[in-house]
Amino acid sequence: MGYTFQFGVIEANFDHFLYGLALGLALAFAAILVGTLIGLACAFATMGKVPLPSRLVGIYVSAIRNTPLLVIILFIYFALPQLGIRLGKLESFVFSLAIYAGAYLTEVFRAGLAGVPRGVIDAGRAIGLTGFQLALYVISPIMWRNCLPALGTTFISLFKDTSLAAVIAIPELTYQARKLNTETFRVAEAWATASVLYLATCLLIAAGLRQLERRFPKF
Amino acid sequence: MEHFLHELWIARWALAQGLLLTVEISAASILCGSLIGLLAGIGLTYGKWPLRLPIRAAVDSIRGIPVLVLILASFYLLTFAGINLTAVESGLFALSIFCGAHMGEIIRGALQSIPVTQIDAGRAIGLTFPKILIYVLIPQAMRQIMPVWVNTGAELVKASTLLSVIGTGELLLRTQEIVGRNFMTLEFYALCGFLYFLINSVIERLGKFASRRFALQ
Repeated sequence: MGYTFQFGVIEANFDHFLYGLALGLALAFAAILVGTLIGLACAFATMGKVPLPSRLVGIYVSAIRNTPLLVIILFIYFALPQLGIRLGKLESFVFSLAIYAGAYLTEVFRAGLAGVPRGVIDAGRAIGLTGFQLALYVISPIMWRNCLPALGTTFISLFKDTSLAAVIAIPELTYQARKLNTETFRVAEAWATASVLYLATCLLIAAGLRQLERRFPKF
Repeated sequence: MEHFLHELWIARWALAQGLLLTVEISAASILCGSLIGLLAGIGLTYGKWPLRLPIRAAVDSIRGIPVLVLILASFYLLTFAGINLTAVESGLFALSIFCGAHMGEIIRGALQSIPVTQIDAGRAIGLTFPKILIYVLIPQAMRQIMPVWVNTGAELVKASTLLSVIGTGELLLRTQEIVGRNFMTLEFYALCGFLYFLINSVIERLGKFASRRFALQ
């Protein structure tokens, strides 16, 4: 073996690691925000009586869910400029992750909508709410509570997926670990630190979500 | 279009090789991962705490680390443990433990949903625990495991693209090489995405078939 651990390099570069971690969290947060908008729009679109929107949403969801995220990222970053759509690194990554998340969140919101009891909707209609008011004041609050656990797990897996940003040279945590690895050859230290940071963050988010779920009791 | 077909004809063998390697890697890691998952799941459900604790720690750690980091870490780190593996082998290792951790949780969930009385009944007719497992518990757990198992298969096909980062010549890396040669980014990345879509659609179909086959009549 003959490998001695030297965590001095990690200590000296720890601010880079933390910066990478923060960037990853920010990317995941931006992606889940945009993804939620896409998911909500798609889920409500399938609720209507016209068959065409449901058909289109179905194609979108199955196309995205069956394509690897890395291919989507590379396609949007490298291939879209050929069509004249030129995005910056960060924008293109957030966009890729958002349409990826949107497909999964469509399913999440659809399940959440299906979990809204019929009687509540009828009650809303009985007191004369319009369709929009019904969606805003009656259906959404129950739907959000139904979706909370799934939204949480989606956020955690999106945060883990931000590691793919390293492939298009966005300086997040995996990129930093790789950089330190090649610059200093402290291989074991670099990957151990990155792994522990990812793991700790995921556990923290999961714990926070459990608290949140306890705050909002199930309907 | 004609230009694209011409380039496609030149690249046909590279693409076919990549596609084959993708399928091989996915199949092998699903197989190894399911085996690991089965052992982990049984250990998590029926093991005593000295067995359960380390498995729980391993499963939770693997599930909390991104696959890309798992792949890169096993690519760089296994060498220090004195294990010299090629890129394909270390990628296979990473995907297998990733699949194993997820399958472990799935199998634990399925086994725990079976009423304990089933074990008592098995004991009452004089079966040993391994026999109870094989003849009583696993067949019942299969009904829950099958649909999710197929999903995990599709996830692994998608995760296998990450092996391109450590230089495994699977479909995505082959596509990147082809694009590097002819600069037809749009066409070839779209084709690559479509091929993955095809593989996963087939798996999805199989999953629907399996869940119907194992459904309770």
